[in-house]
Amino acid sequence: MTNAALTNTVLYLDGVSVTFDGFRALNKLSLAIAPGEMRAIIGPNGAGKTTMMDIITGKTRPDEGEVFFGGMIDLTMLDEAEIATLGIGRKFQKPTVFESHTVADNIRLALAGERSPFSALFGARNRIPEERIDAVLSTVRLTEHRERLAADLSHGQKQWLEIGMLLAQDPKLLLVDEPVAGMTDAETAETAHLLKAIAREHSVIVVEHDMAFVRELGCKVTVLHEGSVLAEGSIDAVSANERVIEVYLGR
Amino acid sequence: MTRRPLILALLDGKGAVFLGVLASLAVLVPVSNLLLPEASPLHVPTYAVSLLGKYLSYALLALALDLVWGYCGILSLGHGAFFALGGYAMGMYLMRQIGPRGVYGHPVLPDFMVFLNWQELPWYWHGFDMFPFAALMVLAVPGLLAFVFGWFAFRSRVTGVYLSIITQAMTFALMLAFFRNDMGLGGNNGLTDFKDILGFPVQAQATRVALFVATVTALALGYLVARYMVTSTYGKVLVAIRDAESRARFLGYRVEHYKLVAFTVSAMMAGVAGALYVPQVGIINPSEFSPANSIEAVVWVAVGGRGTLVGAALGAVVVNTAKSWLTGALPELWLFALGALFIIVTLYLPKGIVGTLAEWRDKRRATVSAKPAEVAAGAAE
Ligand SMILES: Nc1ncnc2c1ncn2[C@@H]1O[C@H](COP(=O)(O)OP(=O)(O)O)[C@@H](O)[C@H]1O
Ligand SMILES: [Mg+2]
Repeated sequence: MTNAALTNTVLYLDGVSVTFDGFRALNKLSLAIAPGEMRAIIGPNGAGKTTMMDIITGKTRPDEGEVFFGGMIDLTMLDEAEIATLGIGRKFQKPTVFESHTVADNIRLALAGERSPFSALFGARNRIPEERIDAVLSTVRLTEHRERLAADLSHGQKQWLEIGMLLAQDPKLLLVDEPVAGMTDAETAETAHLLKAIAREHSVIVVEHDMAFVRELGCKVTVLHEGSVLAEGSIDAVSANERVIEVYLGR
Repeated sequence: MTRRPLILALLDGKGAVFLGVLASLAVLVPVSNLLLPEASPLHVPTYAVSLLGKYLSYALLALALDLVWGYCGILSLGHGAFFALGGYAMGMYLMRQIGPRGVYGHPVLPDFMVFLNWQELPWYWHGFDMFPFAALMVLAVPGLLAFVFGWFAFRSRVTGVYLSIITQAMTFALMLAFFRNDMGLGGNNGLTDFKDILGFPVQAQATRVALFVATVTALALGYLVARYMVTSTYGKVLVAIRDAESRARFLGYRVEHYKLVAFTVSAMMAGVAGALYVPQVGIINPSEFSPANSIEAVVWVAVGGRGTLVGAALGAVVVNTAKSWLTGALPELWLFALGALFIIVTLYLPKGIVGTLAEWRDKRRATVSAKPAEVAAGAAE
């Protein structure tokens, strides 16, 4: 890829490999996401989807390969907090919220802004306007649950709360790992709606198994298999791809 | 939501009760001890004043431990080390106050150094003849150790049981070091035979009462500092780290910095507790570093209720009262009783005394009516 093309990406992975105890979870994975793009990533269990997110967010270091954010920032040199501060937010596969805090406090802690212990003790972190929290809560439809403990939410509500925390963080790029796992059909439809709305102002990568959901998103699809890209294109194109059918869809 | 004055924001119901109790103690105990005749049934004897002062210094240690364990999930099994270091700093000041009045009558050197044939004061003893310097060291030495220890441990992401084990190893290593005579800190006898503090005789009744009042005050201040920390957004981040550390990282929080601040402040509080303990019990020796002491402190916090601050202080006083009584009646049983207590609390009272009481209260409120409970929860915000 030329330099000009590189600078025109929000995220750029090239030849990324990572090995766990001799097992190659990612194998020369390459991927480019354009600014403002929404991309769905599908692939069988163990294909390396979550591992790819671990690499992008600094949780795991690649053995080889390049990972660039915004065309010039080398993510392999940074840790989780630095990468988050740059503007990459992440929703975990298993919903992870702060269980002993209220829904509102979960959003409060996620809201963009100064994050040092000093500001949290004495400074701006203590003066977050409630309206900012309310705005996020209404987007993810949790307004009426504002003062409930996150631990008391249903599984689907926790997923939304976590998406809300991502929104509050206001990242440039959102990584969303299996957002509709364990959701009812109605919740799934609402989540697709929500993600499409988010994608209007952010770059989004969604990992998902649920093909109906991916079709609903209506974006470009990348199929991962054994740690590398098997196919890329519209949902109809990849669904018709013979190799994809063989390893994944046709099973 | 309207902003309330700081002090009101800091004091919830149990905090107000707690500070009220401390204020009453600070007034009533001195009045009773100094003004009531000894025959009066309400007279508190001087030994009891110092005993209570000792318990309250333990309460401050428990409070410090609760800040890191209860709110940030850092189960330190070495907090006794910070307590002991604060105690040694105070002990060194008290030794220097003896001056030429030691058994050997040496103008500068403490007795144990004369006994070991030392010719001059080691460099690290200099300055301890001045109270402000010693007071600074009470904070600085435990604080610095916690900072350096925490810097490496938290940056390397040592957590959970591994962190507990290395804190335990830290206090054990310090105990072995302090047992050695060539540490220049009195070896296994430690520091004792204190005479004066700030020019007042340590053993005098009025001095003992003053030390008691100082301890009550330190506990109240320690509570307010800890309470400020946990009610600010900083405290919310601590709890967030306790609940889901990686989530906090991916939100952009520098988890290691947050832990480091809590750990260091906590160690300094423990140091103050140790410094107040030493003049009231009259001795500091390496056994204060023993791992069992740190574990006992964990039991106090568990009994009182972790993550409640007030509970930690209460637990320290309750368990130590029980200990004094039991070691008087059946000394060989204490360790078994402590172990049994820990198991019972873990199994049947996991939230401790204060946590369980709060839970009952919430349940009662919830059954009275769902709506007011919600309002109350909103107001408590
Ligand atoms: N930290 C790790 N240590 C060892 N193996 C891992 C680790 N993370 C992932 N793996 C392995 O890498 C492979 C890819 O996993 P993952 O990225 O979670 O797949 P997916 O999210 O596509 O289902 C799996 O076989 C998994 O067992
Ligand atoms: Mg996965």
